[in-house]
Amino acid sequence: MLPNFAALEVGQHLYWQIGNIRLHGQVFLTSWILLGALLVFISLGTKKMENDPKGLQNLLEFLWDYIRDLARTQIGEKVYRDWMPFIGTLFLFVFVSNWGGALIPWRLIKLPSGELGAPTADINTTIALALLVSLSYFYAGLSNKGWRYFEYYVHPTPIMLPFKILEDFTKPLSLSFRLFGNILADELVVGVLVFLVPLILPIPVMFLGLFTSAIQALIFATLAAYYIGEAVEEHH
Amino acid sequence: MLAFNFFGATEGGLFDINATLPLMAIQVVALTYILNSLFFKPVGNVVEKREKFVSDNIIEAKNKLSEVKKLEADLLSQLQSARTEAQRIVSEAENESDKLFKEALELANNEANASKEKARLEIESQTSAARDQLSKQADDLSELIVNRLILEK
Repeated sequence: MLPNFAALEVGQHLYWQIGNIRLHGQVFLTSWILLGALLVFISLGTKKMENDPKGLQNLLEFLWDYIRDLARTQIGEKVYRDWMPFIGTLFLFVFVSNWGGALIPWRLIKLPSGELGAPTADINTTIALALLVSLSYFYAGLSNKGWRYFEYYVHPTPIMLPFKILEDFTKPLSLSFRLFGNILADELVVGVLVFLVPLILPIPVMFLGLFTSAIQALIFATLAAYYIGEAVEEHH
Repeated sequence: MLAFNFFGATEGGLFDINATLPLMAIQVVALTYILNSLFFKPVGNVVEKREKFVSDNIIEAKNKLSEVKKLEADLLSQLQSARTEAQRIVSEAENESDKLFKEALELANNEANASKEKARLEIESQTSAARDQLSKQADDLSELIVNRLILEK
């Protein structure tokens, strides 16, 4: 059978060595291809903007509206505008990475080591995203409320202090591992099924994977927006 | 083949964290700025411009509608007053014509009465004249008869 097509490689990477630092090359390769496609898609859609939207512009406006609603409901009317690009970028990045990883038959491209796949199936990517979210909500809270941001830690009672501090660690941890685990698990399940039964049977699981991927993008963006909203919320 | 190489590998593994992390973070931040200028700003401008256009038009239409309603009420009240005015004029004219009719009727009645009276008086006088004449003729006749009777004797 097709050993090269169906083989599974877990935890192997295409290493790029630049000076002293080592990178996971396959993550950057796929992310550049997917983000390039995303940017081309967006450039085409926004090239000729009309007041009476047609075709691609319609789709992009729908997307914009969807992200605005997400940001507005989670962050609130007052500051959602500042954070909408960030939330939208997270959503688009995760969504494009997940779906790109699931839809494009990367296995057909052979690498000397490791294999191409969803960039979000690499722990580095998800931790990077989660840490950006952490920095964002700290920045949002401090820039909006100054030192009063730390009232949040003793709100509603000072007993909450240790739990709130703990939350600052659990938030990025859960964000990164949820995304990483879901996408990796999806890739593994599809990989194992393709390895065992290459025909028909993996298809429903692939659809389930697409569904999970979309949901994970939504969850990541919603939670990021929620954390920022929590940080800028005024307590009275 | 299935190579589950989670931990313990000197190189690689699922949790191999290295410089990919900060570089990916920088890449995402850069992407945020690129998408902001390429996607969120232009699309937002267009959408918000359109939303403003629509809401402005709605407000304008509402204003116009209220203006129309005001004008309609105005016209209705004008129509109402015109109607009452017309009714007043009609009833006034009716009264007037009634009065004129009554006057004319009275005048005609009086005139008729007067001419009736005159005719009656005339008839009366003529009757009396005729009666006088008749009695005179009767007298003449009787005298004639008497004379003839006397002559025959």
